[in-house]
Amino acid sequence: MNSGNGVPNAGNGASGDVRRLQINILRYNPQDPDSRPQLQTFEVEEAPSMTLFVALNDIREHQDPSLQFDFVCRAGICGSCAMLINGRPGLACRTLTSALGARITLAPLPFFELIGDLSVNTGKWMRAMSERLEAWIHTEGTVDLQRLEARMEPELAEQIYELERCIECGCCLAACGTARMREDFVGAVGLNRVARLRLDPRDQRTDADYYDLIGDDDGVFGCMSLLGCQDVCPKDLDLQTQIAYMRRKMLRAALFPGR
Amino acid sequence: MKIVYTDVLVIGGGLAGLRTAIGVRQRGLDVLVLSLVPAKRSHSVAAQGGMQASLGSNAMGAGDNEDIHFQDTVRGSDWGADQRVARMFVNTAPKAIRELAAWGVPWSRVARGSREAVVNAQKITITEDDAAHGLITARDFGGTKKWRTCYTSDGTGHTMLYALGDQTIAHDIPVLERQEALALIHENGRCHGAVVRDLITGALTAYVAKATTIATGGYGRLYKVSTNAIICEGTGIALALETGVATLGNMEAVQFHPTAIITAGILTTEGCRGDGGVLRDKDGHRFMPDYEPEKKELASRDVVSRRMTEHMRKGKGVASRYGEHLWLDITGLGRAHIEKNLREVKDICEYFLGIDPVNEWIPVRPTQHYSMGGIRTDHTGQSPTLKGLFACGESACWDLHGFNRLGGNSVAETVVAGMIVSEFIADFCESEPDVAIGTGVVGAFLDREQAHLQALLDGTGGERASDLRNRMEAVMMDKVGIFRTGEELEAAVAELQGLLRRSRNISVRSRAPGPNPELIAAYRVQKMLKIALCVAQGALLRTESRGAHFREDFPQRNDRDWLKRTLATWEDPAGELPTIGYEALDVQAMELPPGFRGYGLRNHIDHPETPARLAEVEQILTDRPTVDRFARQAALMAYDELLPEIYRGRNERLTEKS
Repeated sequence: MNSGNGVPNAGNGASGDVRRLQINILRYNPQDPDSRPQLQTFEVEEAPSMTLFVALNDIREHQDPSLQFDFVCRAGICGSCAMLINGRPGLACRTLTSALGARITLAPLPFFELIGDLSVNTGKWMRAMSERLEAWIHTEGTVDLQRLEARMEPELAEQIYELERCIECGCCLAACGTARMREDFVGAVGLNRVARLRLDPRDQRTDADYYDLIGDDDGVFGCMSLLGCQDVCPKDLDLQTQIAYMRRKMLRAALFPGR
Repeated sequence: MKIVYTDVLVIGGGLAGLRTAIGVRQRGLDVLVLSLVPAKRSHSVAAQGGMQASLGSNAMGAGDNEDIHFQDTVRGSDWGADQRVARMFVNTAPKAIRELAAWGVPWSRVARGSREAVVNAQKITITEDDAAHGLITARDFGGTKKWRTCYTSDGTGHTMLYALGDQTIAHDIPVLERQEALALIHENGRCHGAVVRDLITGALTAYVAKATTIATGGYGRLYKVSTNAIICEGTGIALALETGVATLGNMEAVQFHPTAIITAGILTTEGCRGDGGVLRDKDGHRFMPDYEPEKKELASRDVVSRRMTEHMRKGKGVASRYGEHLWLDITGLGRAHIEKNLREVKDICEYFLGIDPVNEWIPVRPTQHYSMGGIRTDHTGQSPTLKGLFACGESACWDLHGFNRLGGNSVAETVVAGMIVSEFIADFCESEPDVAIGTGVVGAFLDREQAHLQALLDGTGGERASDLRNRMEAVMMDKVGIFRTGEELEAAVAELQGLLRRSRNISVRSRAPGPNPELIAAYRVQKMLKIALCVAQGALLRTESRGAHFREDFPQRNDRDWLKRTLATWEDPAGELPTIGYEALDVQAMELPPGFRGYGLRNHIDHPETPARLAEVEQILTDRPTVDRFARQAALMAYDELLPEIYRGRNERLTEKS
């Protein structure tokens, strides 16, 4: 067994060869009547293992205390920090600057309401989507908590977890062609959510029920299969397959009601 | 003046806060949840490893029950826990997990038949019973006698938080995101709500409620390197402290997790070791069996973290430009297992370290992880000194974990506490008359907070919040860490006091309308410094070692003098130190009298009452040779009547009827 080579080496090559990063940030504070959208450039000295989380905090601490952005877990788990990184939606916290050129352009995620600078209101949109799709387990009756839980096939539990891994970061909508045209489109995040609930025997709704929720152009028939969602999903969810599958099932529910 | 009225105000949108909100809603009350971030982004989401509940369905958990879970928890706490609360907890945990199962958490399940697993670096074969097929399974975690930690692959916290988030929406509970409470509104020992700042517009609103619940998590971000999300700054706990009335319990009890990756401090789950991973030093030697022959890598977290630090001090650490570390080796587990059950770990290694843990060792070191201390409450979750203030989850000290928490008991506590405390909150609201506080009082609190923010903006003292914050984090890390001494703690307290004084002279430069991040940093660091002083001062005064609190100058656990809970209050807003007091733990009432934990150092000073209580326990058990375990337990320490009636029942297992 080798002793591993785990020491972070994602850095700047040889020492003494430290890059100066030029980070261009799209700034705008809607709360400030005098604010106008503009690109502002900050210079940051790159450090070993520097992520955009580190770089942005460095800018805020040393250059501009008014800079707005969102991080929570800073570990790629919570979905707070999605933004456009050189034009592509991604999680800033787990993006190493070493993976990017010396000129980096950051912009807020499109589609969502802007709070300020790189901060957008994904939470508000996700809540509204969940309400619209009634995205919770619908079960009749109550469960006796003292009794053994209902059994589930181990493989099924794993399949459900696969779809449950979505972190509602919003990247899929930022990369979505349909969402650009239809502001009420539920997006891959919403369709994946319904696919996850449909797979779960604890959710007792039928395809006819799901059809009522997503059987239109704001739902599964709005998708143009451009699949930007799949390209940018930080959790590598198989969104393409889920959307295609749901489209087939919803078509069936529409054509053969009651079956 | 904007005032919003509700029955129950819940501050914090993680697992504990959401479950509390659902509970009071189910009792028909109005409830509002305030959250710094969208609820599903709360730190609860990061719990990878699992949730302890003694279901005992899997082969390696066979025979498990509440009694064993109770004993593990109390030993883990180094006898600091309130044993009645521990009993309430272990009896409710199976119900909590079954409720979550009904709400959609895709818990990993038992699969019948044989499979290979790695235990103690050996491949063994585990055979699951047909009868258990499809029930919730469990993995091994530190400090537990049975495999009791239920999990969803490596996304336990995520699936729990999403299930509760969805239920919150299903119950039509408003979660007001990006809202930060700045102060509790209180009068004559009664809490009436909070003054809250909108983190989009910067506007202040008063929320007036019959019951106010704080569920804001821990204070890990007092430390320079922490596994905690960056919002875990302890400012929710500070709301209680700053009333001058509410008390905080055991703030010096701070847990360090053995295996966070170096530089970023991001956690690799205890599941790595539970599933068979081992720790190695610079020579590739597996050193934990040398120190802990029985539990090895799976002793409790405080013990493993200390042993690792001890080993590095002997020169066995691996040098790197980020400081010393050790290796976590999960290569023996195989690609299939890692990619399924430890995928989050693999992702973290790839993204933050650029390595593949299937083939390479992971550089790790002990890192601040959990806050056992918090807002002191009784077993109902209510502050004993500030009526109408409740707390639950990591921000509370009701006191399940004592001086060290077991892995898997934190997410379990969040939902269990939410279930139990919400019932007591509902009882409280039903017994209380309608909100009896004048708008004049509410307005005064609003004005006070507005004036405070303005003073920071107008400040001419020239201090910067970020400078104070960086220094505080370094002091906590260097002087209030895993190994503590009186000399260093004295220096820490003195320096923190200096920082607190300076924090009263902060000048915020930015005038940006809206949330103003610099202003946020300013008012938060003032609160954080008070919390840091509670931790440091509590640690300085506690001249013994217990659980995660380890004094090199007082290495023994000293039950004779220190079997008591630390209480901190902060009466004078202009003061520079908390007032520290204590409440004794009653040995005579303990089901499990203090003794040796079974791991760590066997080195403690007995409480004078311990031998008598041990004899008494022995006698009680001898007198009842034939009664079942429930009757025996009840004879030792009755607790049933403390639980809300709906959670008193027994838990069904494959081998035990409910």
